[in-house]
Amino acid sequence: MSQSDHAHDPHGHDHHDDAPHSTFKGYMTGFVLSVILTAIPFWLVMAGVIQDSGMTALVILGFAAVQIVVHMIYFLHMNFHSEGGWNMLALIFTAVIVFIALAGSLWVMYHLNVNMMPGLMKEYL
Amino acid sequence: MSELDLTKLIFGRLSWESIPLHDPILIGTFIMVAIGGTAVLGFITYKKAWGYLWHEWFTSIDHKKIGIMYMVLGLVMLLRGFADAIMMRIQQAWAFGGSEGYLPPEHYDQIFTAHGVIMIFFVAMPLITGVMNYVVPLQIGARDVAFPFLNNFSFWMTTAGAVLVMVSLFIGEFAKTGWLAYPPLSGIIKSPGVGVDYYIWALQIAGVGTLLSGVNLLVTIVKMRAPGMSLMRMPVFTWTALCTNVLIVAAFPVLTAVLALLALDRYADFAFFTTDLGGNVMMYINLIWIWGHPEVYILILPAFGIFSEVVSTFSRKRLFGYASMVYATVVITVLSYLVWLHHFFTMGSGPTVNSFFGITTMIISIPTGAKVFNWLFTMYRGRIEFDVPMLWTVGFIITFVIGGMTGVLLAVPPADFVLHNSLFLVAHFHNVIIGGVLFGLFAGITYWYPKAFGYKLDPFWGKMSFWFWTIGFYFAFMPLYVLGLMGVTRRMNKFDDPSLQIWFVIAAFGAILIAIGIASFLIQLYVSYRRRDELRDDTGDPWHGRTLEWSTSSPPPYYNFAFTPRVHDLDAWWQMKEHGYQRPTSGFLPIHMPKNTGAGIILAGISTVLGFALIWHMWLLAGVSFFALLAVAIGHTFNYDRDYHIPADEVAGIEAERTRMLANHV
Amino acid sequence: MSEITHDTLAGSAEDGQRLQFHETTEHHPETGTLLGFWIYLMSDCLIFASLFATYGVLGRAYAHGPTGQELFDLPLVAMNTTLLLLSSITYGFAMLRMQMGKLGGVMVWLAITGLLGAGFLGLELYEFHHLITEDAGPGRSAFLSSFFALVGTHGLHVLFGIVWLVTLLFQLKKHGLIAENRRRLFCLSMFWHFLDVVWIGVFTFVYLMGVLP
Repeated sequence: MSQSDHAHDPHGHDHHDDAPHSTFKGYMTGFVLSVILTAIPFWLVMAGVIQDSGMTALVILGFAAVQIVVHMIYFLHMNFHSEGGWNMLALIFTAVIVFIALAGSLWVMYHLNVNMMPGLMKEYL
Repeated sequence: MSELDLTKLIFGRLSWESIPLHDPILIGTFIMVAIGGTAVLGFITYKKAWGYLWHEWFTSIDHKKIGIMYMVLGLVMLLRGFADAIMMRIQQAWAFGGSEGYLPPEHYDQIFTAHGVIMIFFVAMPLITGVMNYVVPLQIGARDVAFPFLNNFSFWMTTAGAVLVMVSLFIGEFAKTGWLAYPPLSGIIKSPGVGVDYYIWALQIAGVGTLLSGVNLLVTIVKMRAPGMSLMRMPVFTWTALCTNVLIVAAFPVLTAVLALLALDRYADFAFFTTDLGGNVMMYINLIWIWGHPEVYILILPAFGIFSEVVSTFSRKRLFGYASMVYATVVITVLSYLVWLHHFFTMGSGPTVNSFFGITTMIISIPTGAKVFNWLFTMYRGRIEFDVPMLWTVGFIITFVIGGMTGVLLAVPPADFVLHNSLFLVAHFHNVIIGGVLFGLFAGITYWYPKAFGYKLDPFWGKMSFWFWTIGFYFAFMPLYVLGLMGVTRRMNKFDDPSLQIWFVIAAFGAILIAIGIASFLIQLYVSYRRRDELRDDTGDPWHGRTLEWSTSSPPPYYNFAFTPRVHDLDAWWQMKEHGYQRPTSGFLPIHMPKNTGAGIILAGISTVLGFALIWHMWLLAGVSFFALLAVAIGHTFNYDRDYHIPADEVAGIEAERTRMLANHV
Repeated sequence: MSEITHDTLAGSAEDGQRLQFHETTEHHPETGTLLGFWIYLMSDCLIFASLFATYGVLGRAYAHGPTGQELFDLPLVAMNTTLLLLSSITYGFAMLRMQMGKLGGVMVWLAITGLLGAGFLGLELYEFHHLITEDAGPGRSAFLSSFFALVGTHGLHVLFGIVWLVTLLFQLKKHGLIAENRRRLFCLSMFWHFLDVVWIGVFTFVYLMGVLP
């Protein structure tokens, strides 16, 4: 908002935007990788490749984590330089908070359920 | 039949019965508000000030004016919140030995809920945001915030939330659930009325404002610092503002989410917090405290920043341990996400969980303690001047240390099992919020008032306010510690044991002292305005300050700095003075500034209507206002003409005026 | 107190001792829009984190009602995932056209992206409708409440993205690829790809893990 001298800015496209430059190759690499990383977990679950549920869950969570990283790099153009590193810092901080909120809630609520309604736990499942 | 449907479609649940005509207290209040409101509006009309207010204030995107409007909002709401407080104190001192007092339970419950909600969301938050808004751009040598329009919009959304809370006083009711509206009490079965809905929508609408202002100030601090101001040369207040806004951005979404879940339970029969369909009420409490604990630090960190500025200015010394102050602030920011369970140790998640959160809670007191020592060492061997901001600071250090220690007591899970939900807890958090946040705000207001208005606040009434507040605080809350240790729980509207009464009477006496403190503050504003010529400061630097905000005139021109400052030191302005810096008096350039816009107030106005419609189930109005909101928002994005240049001549004129003022002073 | 000369900025000291304390030319601070929008997205991320946490805690509270294994139609989810993934790459193509300065190409690829997004929403609405008619609406159990809240919030974001996209099409037509519009394209790009990232979490955590025995 504060910066909008588009009309009288002779050279001015990307210099002001400070926006990442993307390439066809980058997008296609990201796309192909995501297709693979999406297809495998679907296949694992739909074909029931791994017998153990817990194991399957772990594996597909791993694939999701990798795919998120792929999207961050190839689609969202995350790196340590853009916006002077603040983008990455914000992302890492958010990831930490997301982890705390998710893991913390699950941990806290699991202990609550075990302690406060041991009989009911089975009924829910 | 169809006529009935139509009425329902238009008016929803609203009917004449929703107006509390049966309650003499409310009718009296309403008459007072109506008379007062008419007088104010009439006065504005008489002075033909509407155009001025609209063009110069309501639609202004100047961070300084928005900051001042935040302060006005916070102070007005402080009066409302305090009225609730003193009503509770009187009720509790009165309702003994079979007496019911004067407030029936359903009224009393609304009062303690409204008191908490207002004091946190509509007093502390606007005041903190207001100070940050005013001071941060000046401290970092910027001309405005990163997103000036959003700043205006944020303010009006906060106001919209406050308006909804105020409306609940006369139309319908407010929540009777306590300030965090725990289910199942806040669920549709136990609270079928509109009270909880007022709560939900007021906070959701204000939450939009808070979040956007957090993003805005964060980007401002990251992107708009003057050349040379590296992170470790930022003033401490700006550092604390940075961390507070990080916390706002990373905590308020959780509140938004959890209130949305409660709204879904109430409006659309979802089953998150019901016991019968597999829901879990403790999940609400878990989530809301994931927001709630960082919120505590959102409030206190800027107060720490204010004290740091005040201590070093009035001790005539560089702040002791700047780097440790910064690290302590950052550590608190991260740790504040690891302690939330200490608000519900008693829910029963067992020793592992409780000891983890007990220990993290005790750890977080370490950086806070480090800060206290830094302030003390700054004062040590300094030439301390006990101006009013410094009085608040000393009062804070003593009071806050007591509050901090009772907090560490509560952090011990077994002790918490005894003290949970008792008046000990109430005393503890008032101890840190009044002794920390509020004292900090008063110090900040007194400190920066001359910057904003060009004259100092009258010191006599400032000292009156300080002493009445401080002594009143001890009278009001020390008895609650005693009562809490005796096992008295919070939120009671009457008591049986007559031996307790004396403590409540002392507390009520303290509340009256605080009332005098507030009155002294208001008198101070008035007296200072009357004596403004004697108290005038032409230099722009009345306290011999150290940071950039004191390098410009008081009040600053709307562009803040004719030339962007260049920073070489932590205490940038102090260094400039030491080097005999000469203010430039020529060579001015046109300055690029954003334009005012009415979009913010219009959007917030429509949001208020939307909120009101949703509260009362007026589905037609809700639909219409929703689409109106969307249309105005989209329409606003078609406005590409958002800035202009102040001509160099105009800048030169304003700066020449300042040169004249400075010359007069000498 | 402190006479600081030691950390003089390189090049800022004039004639050795005298420091320069203000800029003499107009100072342009950096544009904060992209960073600001990214920070907004991070906060949005925490809304989703809360909803994921809720699903994580309540996602197996079936209340004797239908389970994920009985309800979820994985081929449909795979279809939806495909649409969203495709829309991500088409948005990428729009960005590439923008870099070349080709307005027409940008608008065509944007429109395709919007259509793919609409297709995604259509399938999701079909799924929701189907569930509700099968007496598996959000009020049936805490599991379904948290499912509808999480997936629905994502869907609302996609809807908002489409509204934004259409608005932007009009603005592009009116003003072309001016700096503001380019910035808006970047912001929407982040928004759109961000929704895709959230969807990775949704299909993994909700659907795929939900049908595991």
